Formats: sequence, C-alpha cells, structure tokens
Amino acid sequence: MIEQILITIATAATPLLIAAIGELVVERSGVLNLGVEGMMIMGAVTGFGVALTTGSPWLGVFAAILVGALFSLLFGFLTLTLVTNQVATGLALTLLGLGLSGMIGEAFVGQPGVKLAAIYIPGLTDIPFVGRLLFGQDPLFYVSILLTVGVAWFLFRTRAGLTLRSVGDNHGSAHALGINVIGIRYLAVMFGGACAGLAGAFLSLVYTTQWIENMSAGRGWIALALVVFASWRPLRVLAGAYLFGAVSIGQLHAQALGIGIPSQLLSALPYLATILVLVLISRNRRLTMINTPASLGRPFVPDR
Amino acid sequence: MSADTAAVNLLEVRGLTKIFGSLKACDAVDLTIRKGEIHALLGENGAGKSTLVKMLFGSLEPYSGEIRWNGQPVKIANPNAARKLGIGMVFQHFSLFEALSAAENIALSLDDQTPISTIAAKAQALSYSYGLPLDPYSLVGDLSVGERQRIEIIRCLLQTPDLIILDEPTSVLTPQEADKLFETLERLRAEGKSILYISHRLEEVKRMCDAATVMRHGKVVAHCDPRQETAASLARMMVGSEVHAVVRAPIEGIETAEALLEVRNLSRKPATPFSMPLKNISLNVRAGEVIGIAGVAGNGQGEFFEAVSGEAMQLEAGTVRIRGQDAGKLSITGRRLLGAAFVPEERLGHGAAPRMKLSENLFLSRYATDSKAFLGPGGVVKESAIDAATQRIVQEMDVRKSARDPEAAALSGGNLQKFIIGRELDRRPTVMVVNQPTWGVDAGAAAKIRQSLIELARSGSAVLVISQDLDELFEISDAISVMHNGELSRPLPRAEATLEKIGLLMGGAEPGHVDHGLESV
Repeated sequence: MIEQILITIATAATPLLIAAIGELVVERSGVLNLGVEGMMIMGAVTGFGVALTTGSPWLGVFAAILVGALFSLLFGFLTLTLVTNQVATGLALTLLGLGLSGMIGEAFVGQPGVKLAAIYIPGLTDIPFVGRLLFGQDPLFYVSILLTVGVAWFLFRTRAGLTLRSVGDNHGSAHALGINVIGIRYLAVMFGGACAGLAGAFLSLVYTTQWIENMSAGRGWIALALVVFASWRPLRVLAGAYLFGAVSIGQLHAQALGIGIPSQLLSALPYLATILVLVLISRNRRLTMINTPASLGRPFVPDR
Repeated sequence: MSADTAAVNLLEVRGLTKIFGSLKACDAVDLTIRKGEIHALLGENGAGKSTLVKMLFGSLEPYSGEIRWNGQPVKIANPNAARKLGIGMVFQHFSLFEALSAAENIALSLDDQTPISTIAAKAQALSYSYGLPLDPYSLVGDLSVGERQRIEIIRCLLQTPDLIILDEPTSVLTPQEADKLFETLERLRAEGKSILYISHRLEEVKRMCDAATVMRHGKVVAHCDPRQETAASLARMMVGSEVHAVVRAPIEGIETAEALLEVRNLSRKPATPFSMPLKNISLNVRAGEVIGIAGVAGNGQGEFFEAVSGEAMQLEAGTVRIRGQDAGKLSITGRRLLGAAFVPEERLGHGAAPRMKLSENLFLSRYATDSKAFLGPGGVVKESAIDAATQRIVQEMDVRKSARDPEAAALSGGNLQKFIIGRELDRRPTVMVVNQPTWGVDAGAAAKIRQSLIELARSGSAVLVISQDLDELFEISDAISVMHNGELSRPLPRAEATLEKIGLLMGGAEPGHVDHGLESV
C-alpha cells in the first residue's frame, strides 16, 4: 500500500520535474519562457499521436521532444532574434500550444493510447517493498532523476555551465568577453522546449494513456513557479516537485476518506504547501540573490 | 613599410572610422603604439576613446580603416580574436559577474578547459607576484571596486598579452591603490609589454606615459610627448579652449554659522545583500560652507544619500534635521518643502525621467515646492510659467540642446546634468545635497557646475557634495570627510586635508591615526 502510494507520488511529480528542470536551464541563461504549458501540451499530443500511429511509444517520446524543441525555437526566434517582449511572447506560445494541440488532437479523442511500459528487471523488481519503487517504474522516471543530477552537475561543475550562468548574470559583460550570448540562449531555450515536450509525452504515454484536450491542466505553470520558488537550484526543484506530488496524492486520499474539510480547500493544499515550504527554504536572501539570474527577462541587443 | 618600423611598432592604426547613425564616433583615427611603451589616450567624455578601444578589442566593428599588428594587417572580428593576437583589456565599467567567484570570472575569459582549481591557484600566484593579493574564491559581489579591478588585471595578465588596454583605471581607486597600479604598469613595461592607457587625469599621464594621442569629437587632434607638455597645455588640446579655473572665496566666521543640515547618529541596515550598512554617521553642514564626502565607490555613499534625501526614511525622526527641524521621517517632498534640494547620482531614471521633456521633468520635481508658481486653480498646470522657468534654467546653466524643449534622454550627459543642477539651484535651496555632481561631465560643464555650487554656499546655503573625484572635492570643499565601510570620518578642514591623508582614510585607516604613513595600510 505504502509502496503503491510512493509510486503514485513519483508519477505525479515526474512531469513537473522534467518541465521545471528544462525551464531552470532557460532562466539560468537569462530568458523567461512562459510558454512551458504550451510546449508541454504540444509534446503530449505529438507523443500520443505518433505512438498511436506507429505503435511505438518510444517513437512518440522522441517526436514529443523534437516538437517541444521546435516549438521553443519559434519563441527563441521571436524573443532573441527579433527581440520581442519575452513575457508576451511566452503567453502567446502557451495560447497557441493549447489551441493547436486541441485541433491536432481532435481525431485522437476517445482512442485508446499506447503505454510506455514500466521497467521489469527479474529479481530486482521482485524485491519486496522497494523493488517496484526502485527498479520497476516507467523509464521516464529514471530519465527525470538523471536529468536533474545531470543539469546540476552541468551548471555548477562544467565550463559550459559556467558560461551559461554568466550569460544569465550579466549579458553585457559576457558579450564584452566574446561569449556568444544569443547562441547560448538559443541552445538553452531549445533544451527547455525539449524538456517540456518530454514532460508532455509523459502525460499522454504514462500518466494516462489517452488524449484529453487541455490535459496538461496547468502543470506548465506549476513548473514555472517551482523554478522561482526553488531559487533556480536543481535539487530544490526536485524537492519541490516531489512535495507537490506528495501533497496532491495525499489530499486525494484524504478526500476519499471523507475528512470534514471542504474538497476545494484540499485541492488547493498542494499549491499552498509547496509555495510555503520553498519560500521557507529560500529565506536566505543572500543565497537567493546570488542564484537569481540578474539578466532574467531583459532583452539583449549587442552593439556592433 | 620597412622592416624597421615593424620591429618597433606593435600596433598601427590608420584611418579607423566608426559611424553610429549620423554620428562619427571615430573619424579617421591614427594611432601608433611601440613595443614596451605606455601610451596615453586622452580625451573628454564622448571624444571617441572608448569606441576606438572597443574596435581594437573586437567588440565593435570598424566602418573603415586599417589595423596593423606587428606590421601585418589584421581584422579583429571579436574579443577572442583580439586575445589570440595578444591584446588584453581592463574595462572601465567592469565586465565582471557579481554572482560568480573571482576564479570563475577569470575562467570565463580563458578559452581552454583548465579546471577552476588550477586557474584559482595560478591567479593567486600571479596576483601575489604583482603585489595585488586576491582571494580567488571570494564572490565578486562582496568585493570592493579596487579588488574588482585587480581581478580584471589578473584576468588580463593570465592571457599573457603583448598589449594591455586600460580604460580609465584610476577613476575608482584611492591614491594609494593608484600608486600600486602604476608600479604594476611600470613593471609590465620593463617586461617589454605595451600599454594603452586611457585617462583624463593629466598629472598621472605626465608622470607615467611615454607618448600620448589626444582625441576630440572623434578626431585625433594631437600626437605628443606628455612629458614635454604641461597639464594646462594637455587640457587645452583635450577641450579645445581654455578651461576656467574654479574660484573659491575664503569663508569667515563659519564656526558660529547656523547648521542647516544635521545628521545625528544615522545607522542603516543593508537594504540588499550587496549593499553597505551605515554605522552611526554624524555630520553638520553650516550656512555658507561646502562639505565634501570622499570615498571609494560602494562604501555607503549611495545608501547615505538615500537616507539624507528621503528616498529611504529613517526609524527616528531626529537622525536627519533640516533647518533645525526633524526630517528623518519625511518623504523627499517633505524634505524639499523644508528648503532642501537633492541631486542623485544617476541622471537618467533617477534625476530625470528619460522620455519626458525638460519642462515636464522640471514640473515633476518642483510641483510641490512651487505649487503657487506652477499650479493654477483646481490643480491645472500653468504651462507658460513652467516653460519660462525651463528656459531661464537653460540660459543660466548654458544647457546646449537641439530643440526648444527636448526629451531628457536627448541631451548629452553633461548638458542634462547642468539642467538637473540648475533646476535645483533655481529654487535657491537652503540645503543642497549632490551625489557625484560631475560624473561623466566634460571639463567645461564641470567647472560651471562646481562654480555654481560654491556660489550657492557663499550666498548662505549649506552644500553637501558626495564625490569619487578627489580633484573636484579639493577644488570646491571647505572641509572633507571620508566615507569608508559605511562609516564617516570627522571632516578635515581644507587647509589640513592633503591628498595623502584623504587617501589613507579612503583605504580604511583609523581616523585618529592619519599621520602614520603608508606602512600601516
């Protein structure tokens, strides 16, 4: 029973984690992409459609990553090359994604989807209690954990990560040093888009194996909030995503048990709890200040 | 070109031109730098010095002209190409990343994949060998301006360049830090490196440089040997006309004059993690005198100005008193109504709204204090009165502009500053507080601003000037205090204040131990 609950929590947390880690990299480079929700839902519909037509869930996953990255490339072209307003462009991307996915997905409504099978390692998965938790989840769960650790390592242990952070801290100085600010931001934006697409594929290939319009249900926005409240630290994003997952599942169980608390209040609990906890761990203003990308959302036009 | 000149000349620039829109920022500039020389590039703000060196460092693309390096024509496409050739640059507005450590900042400008720890060790060793001690793991946001410049210099030296470009390096240093820098530069020259030294401080150029190129309005007006020139002749080349010296009439009986601005035990917690707390500051400014506050940037001057002007209110009303009345809990407007006037450091965005006309900027800052003159019945704006006042200020301060009432952002820095100062002087304030009155202002305008501040004081007002420019403070102040680490020293009367004493206080020497010489620093 407990093992089952823990697995459900992981399933609730994984899409948030993948999307938020992608957005974290984008924001660390100084770009604010509010289009996460739109890229996610495009990933979801693409993943579902490709898996359904080809029968291969893996092809669906790769297609979703590709579409997420291409969709974010549109955002990158508008905000980085044409220097449009990042906030407005991100919002437009979300609206476009929601509309476009609804149109593409019309034929898929009500169709049974293809599930990305959970991993099964004989022996290990059968270990009582922890076997399924550690060795029997869906592959994207492991991807999300590797992605988090990998991004943390990349940002804080590699030269390329340092360059990316420097662009987010002060794009003028980075340009003066000869760093290709726009090029790095393009790569970061596309990585963020690919992650959002992957998170969408998780929703339609693992979470529920069907296509429902607007099935991302605000998860892109939660991912965005997680990045800020985690003060742009990958491991804090992990903590935040799992806390959110845990409280969401917990409140469902509480509702099922019929505790005398209004269900609306219980539904709001994950949001409240996550924000509260992340605000508390980000109380150190100095650390927050150091981790906040100082150029976030500011347009950059190099003078030549 | 003969092989001889190529062997002697490291860098030759011929006819380099850069055009921004309709402005020729650099117009057919020639420059020759020999091996092992310190070459000064002189000129006022806006003369085109920064544009020229940005082209040499590959941050800007020349419109036309030729650059020869060791006799060979080269095209410098970007800063990496410049570094590969052997050109290093120490920027005026530091190109550092506050949220990163010193070592990380250095690593960013090195192309190779050397681990950070190796870079840190190398940087530390190099910094000690040049007598510029540096902790590679400290966060840049926590460092003083002088320490930040060390990082820039070390970063530049680690690339072992043949030509080092220094853009206004001493404008943020204490005199002692500047001396240290000169020693380093002389050592580099002895090692055969060339240095392009950009400055508008003529004394240090005369003292140290082997050759000089003077620019004005984007053109080279002279190549000369600064050791053969006087400071006055160099200034004339830079400005193009004589600069009038500021006259400061002596004051008498100041001890008995009434204190118009009093600051009592002012303390302030840091507003952001990188800002400076203020510690128990007390100061009186009396009618008729100009008090100067010196200090290296970032020692609390900005925080002090905010507290005095009312941008930040105090917890106790008595910490700031204007004309004998408690003003600590009053807003900026409240303090203005008591007769005070304030000019902040940042001209655009703080001192003036960039996209608004001069007349609108005038009205915005004075509608409360001059409501009778500028507002009619029912709060209707009297445009003709405001326009008349604007033109009066423009005339009085000799503000040069392209239209009758242009947007603030359309004025050059010096002209906008003259307007902002004039806007406050026009009220005849009894207390005037100015932060960096002539930062980035050309010599002619600076002299005008300084003279008008002295005249305001002599007409019976109290004037407080915060400045990083020591020459300016020595020119206009009757007494000089030094702000260091959020603390303010006792004011030294002008007759007692020497450059050395003030420099020691700026470096953090105890106010009581001013006379012990350099060893104690």
